[in-house]
Amino acid sequence: MIRESLIFEISDKGKRAFALPKLDVPGKKDILRGLPVRDEIPGFPQVSEIEIVRHFTRLSQQNYCVDIGFYPLGSCTMKYNPKINEKVAALREFALSHPFAPEDMVQGNLEIIKLVEDYLCEISGLDAFTLQPSAGAQGELTGMMLIRASLEARGKARKYVLIPDSAHGTNPSSAHLCGYTVQEIKSNENGTVDLEDLAKRMNEDVAALMVTNPNTLGVFEYDIRKIAEIVHAKGGFLYMDGANMNALTGICRPGDMGVDVIHINLHKTFATPHGGGGPGSGPVGVIKALEPYLPIPRVEKRGGKWALNTNLPESIGRVRSFFGNFLVVVKALAYILALGPDGIKEIAEIAVLNANYIRKSLDKDYHLKYTTPTLHECVFSDKYQKEYGVSNLDIAKRLIDLGVHPPTMSFPLIVHGALMVEPTETESKRDLDMFIDAMKQIAREAKENPEVLKSAPHHSYVRRLDETAAARNPVLKWEKER
Amino acid sequence: MSYISLSDQDKKEMLARIGIKSIGELYGCLPEEIKLKRRLNLPEALSEPELLRHFETLAAKNTYADHLAFLGAGVYRHFIPSVVDALSARGEFLTPYTPYQPEVSQGTLQIIFEYQTLVCQLTGMDISNASLYDGAMAAAEAVLMANRLNNKPKILVARSLHPQYRETIRTYIKNLGVRIEEIEVGDCGGIKTDDLMNKLDKDTSAVLLQSPNFFGVVEDLKTFSDLAHGHQALFIVAVAEAASLGVLEAPGAFGADIVCGEAQSFGLAPSFGGPHLGFMGCKKEHLRQLPGRIAGQTKDVDGRRGFVLTLSTREQHIRREKATSNICTNQAWCALRATMFLETLGHDGLREMAVQNIQKSDYAAERLSGIKGIKRHFSGRFFNEFVLEFRKDGQKINDALRTKGIVGGLSLKTFYPELGNCVLFCVTEVYTKDEIDRLAGALEEVLR
Repeated sequence: MIRESLIFEISDKGKRAFALPKLDVPGKKDILRGLPVRDEIPGFPQVSEIEIVRHFTRLSQQNYCVDIGFYPLGSCTMKYNPKINEKVAALREFALSHPFAPEDMVQGNLEIIKLVEDYLCEISGLDAFTLQPSAGAQGELTGMMLIRASLEARGKARKYVLIPDSAHGTNPSSAHLCGYTVQEIKSNENGTVDLEDLAKRMNEDVAALMVTNPNTLGVFEYDIRKIAEIVHAKGGFLYMDGANMNALTGICRPGDMGVDVIHINLHKTFATPHGGGGPGSGPVGVIKALEPYLPIPRVEKRGGKWALNTNLPESIGRVRSFFGNFLVVVKALAYILALGPDGIKEIAEIAVLNANYIRKSLDKDYHLKYTTPTLHECVFSDKYQKEYGVSNLDIAKRLIDLGVHPPTMSFPLIVHGALMVEPTETESKRDLDMFIDAMKQIAREAKENPEVLKSAPHHSYVRRLDETAAARNPVLKWEKER
Repeated sequence: MSYISLSDQDKKEMLARIGIKSIGELYGCLPEEIKLKRRLNLPEALSEPELLRHFETLAAKNTYADHLAFLGAGVYRHFIPSVVDALSARGEFLTPYTPYQPEVSQGTLQIIFEYQTLVCQLTGMDISNASLYDGAMAAAEAVLMANRLNNKPKILVARSLHPQYRETIRTYIKNLGVRIEEIEVGDCGGIKTDDLMNKLDKDTSAVLLQSPNFFGVVEDLKTFSDLAHGHQALFIVAVAEAASLGVLEAPGAFGADIVCGEAQSFGLAPSFGGPHLGFMGCKKEHLRQLPGRIAGQTKDVDGRRGFVLTLSTREQHIRREKATSNICTNQAWCALRATMFLETLGHDGLREMAVQNIQKSDYAAERLSGIKGIKRHFSGRFFNEFVLEFRKDGQKINDALRTKGIVGGLSLKTFYPELGNCVLFCVTEVYTKDEIDRLAGALEEVLR
C-alpha cells in the first residue's frame, strides 16, 4: 500500500493553491519597515490545489469512522451524526456572527442558547444549565468549581473529593485542578459504589462525590438515592458525570435521584460529531442553590429581548472566552428537535437493547467480570483468551481486519484486560450481528490459531506501530533532512 | 425523525435472544421510584424539511451577518478557501473520535503531526500539542504549566492581554495558590518596561503578554523576554491573531519559552465565539509539562512510517490526578481545518494575506484618524487592529454608526473604563477600499 507523503515532502518553491485579490488600497512600499518581520518561514508548504485535495482525500481514506461502519468505542457513544445538523450549523447567520456583535443583532443565537439550556434542564431534571464548557473535562472542572464556590460561601471549601475506582481519568484530574485531594472509593462485587466504604469516608472534610451513572461498566447505581443521602447528610454535593446519559434519556432524570451537579456531553448523547477528538461541548446542570455560581455570561430576557448578563457577583467567573462551542450547541438543538420527546426516550431504550443483545450473544465466548445487569454498554475481558496467550490488544487489532472499530481497551481499570463495548442506538441488527460474528471468530482463532491474532492487523494501511519507540525517542514534527 | 435502524422484527428477535418480553425489563435494574412516569416536556419531533425551516427562522433573527462591521478583538474574518469546507466536511474526518487505534486512524494522526509542524514553524517553538479549547484556555494552561515548571507563585500578565483571557486565567488559578499581577500599558499601546521591571522579582514564575496585543499593537518581545529571563522567569507569548505569524517574526526567535493562543483565523468562521482553536507550543526541555494530546512518528512492524498518540504518561487517562491537564476531547477537527487552511494558503499566500492586513488596516487608520474629532489613541505599530479615540463615549459613536447601517468596532469602555472614549477597529484582507471609505464617510457625517 502506498503511504501518503507529508505535505512538506511534496512541497516545491513557488507553487500555489490560493491567490488573494490585488491590494485595492494605496499600499506603502516600506510598510514593513520598523516591524519585527521575517522574510521566510523555513519549510512551510508550497503546493498546488489538486495536490491539497488529493493529500487530504487520501488521508481521509486511512481513517475509520462512524460513516463507514460499526464503532463500539465504549463510553464514547459513537452514534450516527445526522447530516442536517451540519447544514443548519453552517447557515451563514450563525457561522458569521461575531461574539461581540450587538445583542439585538444576534437574538437568534441567544434564543438558541436559552432553548438548549431549558431542554437540558427538562431532560436531566436539574434547575439551570450553562453551555459554556468546551468538552466533558471542562464541564467537570466547572462543576467542581461551582461546588467549591458554594462551600466557600458557606464558610469552608473542604479538602477531599471522593471518586470510585471505576471512574474516567478526567474525574480525579478535574477535582485536582479545582484544588481538591482525591480519595478513591472501592467498587463492591457488583461493580457499584460500596455504601459502607462511602459512609465511612464521607465526612465534613469531603466536598463531593463524583459518580458516573450508569458507571463505566454500564451498571446503574441502584442505591443512587441512598448515596445522595449519605453525601448530603454531611453537607457534601453529589456530582454526576453524565458521559453515559445515553442510557437514561427520557427514562429517568439525575435531578430526581438527588444529583446536585451534572455535565452532559453533547458530542456523545446529542449526536454532534466527534471530529477526530473534538470540538465537543460539556454543558453543566445544577440545582437551584448552585445557580448563582454559574460562569458568566448568562442569557436572560430583558424587556422582551434576549440579553447577556455578566454582572453576577457570586459567579465563579469566566471558564473560557465567549459562550462555549456555540455551533456544536446548534447541532445538538437540531437533534433534540428532530427526535422530540418520544425519540429522545427511544435513544436510551434502543441503546440499551443493542448493548444487551451483544452481551447476551457473546457472554459464553468472553468473560464478564461483573454479572450485574448492564444498560447501554458492557465490559468483557480477555480472561478466557489469556489461556492461549491472547490479550485484549490482540483481539482489538484483529477486529480491525474484520472491518469494525475496536471497543475501548483496558478501561475501566477495575477490569483487567477490558474490552468495553457501547453499540449505541443507531446501529442495525445486521451490523450488530457482524460484530458478534467477528468476536466469535476471534474467540475461535484464539484457540486454534492465536498467531493470526498476535500479528494482527494484517489488512490496514500500517500494521502494529511501535508506541514504545515513539515515546522513547519522540519525533513530534517534520524537519528538513540536513 | 428517527435515526434508529431496527425493524419491529429485529426487535422481536433481539428480545427473544436476550430472553425477555419487552425493553422495559432491561430497566428492571433501576429503582421504580426514580423512573420518569411522564413524557418529557419537549416540542414534538420535526421532519427534516420542518427542521430546516425552523432553523432558517431562528437564523433570520440574527441580522449581524448582513452588516458591514469592524469587530475583531480576538475573533477575525478572513477568507476561507473552498477546499477547506469541501474537504473538512468528509465523514472520515468528522465522524471518528480520538485516534486511539492508530492502524485505522493514520489520516487523523498524520494531520495532527502536520499541524504540530506548522505550529512550530509559525511560532518558532520546538514542539506543539494537538490543540486546546480556545485562546483563553490555552493562556490559562500556559500559566499553570509555568507554575509546574518552576514552582513560583506569581505570574505577571499584561493588561493588554485579551480581557477574557485574563478573566479565564483568574478562574483557573483561583484554587491553586498561583496569583497574577497586571503590567500596565504605556502610551505606545505596549506594556510599560519600567512597570515590568518593578514587578519582576524572585517569586515571578512567568511573564505573559500578547502580541499583537488586544489593542492590535506589536510588542517589543526581545526586551521583555530578556527582562523576564534576567529574573529567571519564563517568558510566555500569547497570540490571539494567529494570521500575524504569517509575516511577523516568530516569538521563539525572541526567546519565548511557551507560545499559546487562538488560531480561529486559520479557516474557522467567527461562529459566535466557538468552536475555535487553542494552540500551544514550547521549548523541548519543557515537553513533559506540556498539556494535551501529542502525535509522534514511529514505525510499524514492517518498518513503514506511521503516527501514534504519544507521551500519554502526561495525561489524565494514565496519570489521573497527577496529569498535566484534565483535557481529553480537544478541538481536533478545528486543528484539521487550520492545517488545510495553512497548507492551501502556503508560504507565499499566508505572507501575502498577513501583509494585506497590515496595508489595509494602515490605510484605514490613516483615513479615519484624519477625520476631525478622531485620533489614534496609541502610537505603536499594529497588525490589523487599532484604537481610535473620540471626543465622546465610544458606545455613542457605535450607536450613531448603526443608524448608517454600520457596526463599528469594539467600544473599550466595558473592559477598560480608562478608555471610555476609545473604540477598537479591525480591518483584515477581506475588507475592500470601498467599505473602509464607507466607514470613513459615515464617521464624518456622525461627527459633523
